Amino acid sequence: MQIHDTPQLKAEARNLNFYYGEAKALKNINMPIYDKKVTALIGPSGCGKSTYLRSFNRMHDLYPGNRYEGEIRFFPDNTNLLSPDVDPIEVRMRIGMVFQKPNPFPKTIYENVAYGLRVRGETNKRALDDKVEQALRGGAIWDEVKDRLHELATNLSGGQQQRLCIARALATDPELLLFDEPTSALDPIATGAIEELVHELKKRVTILIVTHNMQQAARVSDYTAYMYLGEMIEFGKTDQIFIKPSDKRTEDYITGRMG
Amino acid sequence: MNSHAMSANNTSGLPQVSDRLAYNAMRHWKERLIEALLLAAAAVSVLTTLGIVYVLVSESVSFFAHVGIVDFLTDTQWTPLFDDAHFGIMVLISGTLVSSGVALLVAIPMGTIIAIYLSEFADSRVREAAKPILELLGGIPTIVFGYFALLVVTPILQVILPSLPGFSLLSAGLVMGIMIVPYIASLSEDAMRAVPMSMREGAYAMGSTKLYTAIHVVVPAAISGLAASYILGISRAVGETMILAVAAGMQPNLTWNPMEPAATITSYIVQVALGDLPHGSIGYQTIFAAGLTLLLITLLFNILGQWLRAKYREAY
Amino acid sequence: MKPLTTEQIRRVIARGKFKDNLFKAIGVFCLALALVVIVALIADMVIKGSDRFTLDFFLNFASRRATQAGILSAWVGSLLVMLVTALAAVPLGVAAGLYLEEYAKRNWLTNVIEINITNLAAVPSIVYGLLALGIFVYQFGFGQSILSAGLTLALLILPIIIVSTREAIRAIPAMIREGSMAVGATRWQTCRYHILPYSMPGILTGVIIGLARAIGETAPIITIGALTFIAFLPPVPFTETGTGTAGLFDWVMSPFTVMPIQIFNWTSRPDPAFEVNAAAAGFVLMAMVLSMNAVAIYLRYKMRKNIKW
Repeated sequence: MQIHDTPQLKAEARNLNFYYGEAKALKNINMPIYDKKVTALIGPSGCGKSTYLRSFNRMHDLYPGNRYEGEIRFFPDNTNLLSPDVDPIEVRMRIGMVFQKPNPFPKTIYENVAYGLRVRGETNKRALDDKVEQALRGGAIWDEVKDRLHELATNLSGGQQQRLCIARALATDPELLLFDEPTSALDPIATGAIEELVHELKKRVTILIVTHNMQQAARVSDYTAYMYLGEMIEFGKTDQIFIKPSDKRTEDYITGRMG
Repeated sequence: MNSHAMSANNTSGLPQVSDRLAYNAMRHWKERLIEALLLAAAAVSVLTTLGIVYVLVSESVSFFAHVGIVDFLTDTQWTPLFDDAHFGIMVLISGTLVSSGVALLVAIPMGTIIAIYLSEFADSRVREAAKPILELLGGIPTIVFGYFALLVVTPILQVILPSLPGFSLLSAGLVMGIMIVPYIASLSEDAMRAVPMSMREGAYAMGSTKLYTAIHVVVPAAISGLAASYILGISRAVGETMILAVAAGMQPNLTWNPMEPAATITSYIVQVALGDLPHGSIGYQTIFAAGLTLLLITLLFNILGQWLRAKYREAY
Repeated sequence: MKPLTTEQIRRVIARGKFKDNLFKAIGVFCLALALVVIVALIADMVIKGSDRFTLDFFLNFASRRATQAGILSAWVGSLLVMLVTALAAVPLGVAAGLYLEEYAKRNWLTNVIEINITNLAAVPSIVYGLLALGIFVYQFGFGQSILSAGLTLALLILPIIIVSTREAIRAIPAMIREGSMAVGATRWQTCRYHILPYSMPGILTGVIIGLARAIGETAPIITIGALTFIAFLPPVPFTETGTGTAGLFDWVMSPFTVMPIQIFNWTSRPDPAFEVNAAAAGFVLMAMVLSMNAVAIYLRYKMRKNIKW
C-alpha cells in the first residue's frame, strides 16, 4: 500500500474482525478513512463490504449473536467506536447512514428530516424549520418539495425518497456519512443526481460508500478499497486502484474477469 | 368412426381409447360433483349470514308494527314486559356503551403496550413464553370471567370504592377489558412485526432509542393494523354477553355512570331467554329488535374500521 | 442551532434510555398482570371449590341442596353438544377451506364468500343464538335440543375452522401440487392424497381451538332456551325408556344443559353455598378448555419445528 500525500485521518479500522454467530465475516481489516474525502468499498457481493460499513455505526448491535473484535478509531477524539463502553446510540448520533433501499418513515417530508433533531430533543419550531430547509437544500431536493413539506414522504418517487433520506441524515450534521449501495434501487437519472450530490457533500462531510458498481466508485470516490471474502485486499487512491492495481485479485475484479 | 373396427381388432389388452375416454368422463363427473359439494360447504357461511339477517329483520318487522321507530330510539324507559310497556333501546345502548368504554380503556392501552413490548423490546425467549400465556387468557370462557368479575373483582373493588354496588358496569367492564387484551395485543403485535426492519434501521441509524423508534416509526407504520385490532376489540366488547349478565345486573337503567348496575343489549336478551316467553309475543320479538340493533352497532364499527384501514393503508 | 456537545448528547441519551427502561417495566407489568389474572382465577376456583372435588360431584345431578348438587347432566350435555358440533363443523369447515384455496376461481362469488367469512367472525355470539332460535328451534322444529345447540355452535366456530384450514393449506408449497398434477392426478386426488394429509396438523389445531371456544360458549345456548335444571340424561341408544326403546339418534332431540349454563345458574343464585359449586364447576370447565388450548398450542409448536419443505 502506497499513499503519497496523507490527509488527516477521520477514522481507522485496526485489526477488525466480525462474526455473525460462529461465521467470521470480516478478517483482520486495517484501513484508514480520510477526513472530507469519499472512500468507496467495492467487491463482489457477499465480500463483507456492507458488513464492514455497518460496523461503523454499530448497526450489528441491533441483532443478537453478532460480535466485533479489534477497533475502529474515530478522530479527532480517538474513540474506539466498537468499545463496549461506548454507547452505540452516541455513535449513531455522530455517524449518519443512507440505506440501499430508500426507507423514509411513514411521516411527512418535514417530519422525516426533523426526525434526527427531535431525537436530540430539539423542540424549537424556528430552529427546526431552518435546519429542515438547510438539510433539504443539502440533499438537493428543496426545490422539488418546498411546497409540499407536509405531505407524506412515501408519496415521493424512489430517487426523491433517497435524496430525502440523505437530507434526513444531513440534518444532524454527522461527522461521517455511510452510504450502503445508495443507488442500487434507482434508475440512471436518479443515480446521477445522487452521485452529483455525493460529490457536493464531501466538502462538508467524510463519506464512506459501498457500491457494486465500479464506474460509480471511479466517478465519485477519492479512495477505493477492494474487499474479497471478508478480507481487505487492496486500498489506495481511486486512480491508482483502477489504473494500476497492485494485487492480481483486484485487477481481475476490475477488468471483469470475476465478480 | 372406425374406432369400432379398431376395437374389434385390438389384441394388445390395453384399454381402448374409447374406454379410456369413458373412464375420463366419469372421472370428470366425479370431479365436478366434488367441486359442487365443496362449494356448497363454502356457501353455508353465506347462508348463515342470510339466515341471521332474515331472522332478525323478519321478527323486527313484526316488532316495529307495534312500536314506532321514533319511540324505540328516543324513549328513556325499557319496560317491555310491564303493562305500561316502554321500548326505549337507548336504555340498553347506554349500558352497552358504558361497559364497552370501561373495557376499552383497559384493553387498548394494555394491549398496545404489551404488543409494543413483545414486538420491539422483548427477546425471542420472552416472546415465545408470553404468546401462549396470552392465548390461554384469550381462551378462558366468558362465563368464568363473569364469575371472576362478580365474586372476585367486585369484592376487591368494593374495598377501594365502598359505594360500589354488588352489580356494576365498572366491574364487568374491567374484567371484559382483561378478556379483550389478548386479541388486541396479538393482532397489534402481528401488525408491528410486519413493519420492515429497514424502517427500524433507518430510525436507529439516526440515534433514536427503542421507545422513540417504536412510537414514532413502528406504530405509525403499523397504524392500520392497530386500528383493525381496536375495532375487533370494540366488536368483542359490544357483543360480550355473559360477563355482563353475571356481574352488571340485568335491570334496565339509563345511565352513563359505570358505578351503577345496568342491563346491556346482550344481557337483556339473556334475561328474556331465561324466562319463558311464548313464540310470537311482543316480548319474544323485542330480543330480535335488540339483536338487530346490536348487529347494526357492530356493523357500524366494522365499516368505520374498513374506512380507517383504507385511509391509513400501509405504505412502506 | 449549534451542534450539541458530547455532554448534551449524553444527557439526551440518558433520558431516552430511562424512558426505554420505564416502558420495559410497564410492559413487563402488563404481561405479568395477564398472568396474575389467570393464576388468580384458577387459584380462587381451586380454593373455593376444593370441597366439591369428589366423585359424587361428577356423578350427581343438579339439586336444590348445594352440597348434593353435581355436574353429571352438564358435562354429559357438553360432550354430546360438542359431538354434534364437531360432526357438523369439521366436514363443512374443511370442505369450505379446501374449496376456497384449491378450487375457487377469482370471481364475485368467491369474493362474497370470503368477505362474508371475515364478517361472520366479528358477529357477536349471541346473535348466532337468535339465528338458532328463529331457524333451528322454531322453523326447523328441532326444539331446545342437543341438535339445535350443536348446530348453533357449529355455525359459530365455522369461520375459525375455515380460516385455519386455509392457512394450513396455504403453507403447502406449489411444487407439491404441481408434482401430483404432473403425474396425472385430478384436482380431487391431489387434495385427497396430498393437500389434506399434509395440512392435517394445522387443521386439527384449528378444530381444537374452535371446539375449545364452543365448549365455553354460554350466550347462544341460553338464547335457544337450554334448560338450567336438568335431572336426567339423554336416552342411551337401544335402552328402555318410559315410552319404549330409544332409537340410535333419540339423544339428539333431548333437552339438555351444559357446563357453562350450570355455572351461570349457580353463580346467579343468592345462596353463597352455590358459589362453591360454581367455583368447582368453573374449574372443571377451565381445565377442559385450557387443556384443549394447550394441546393446540403444543401441536402448532411441534408443527413449526418439524415441517421443513
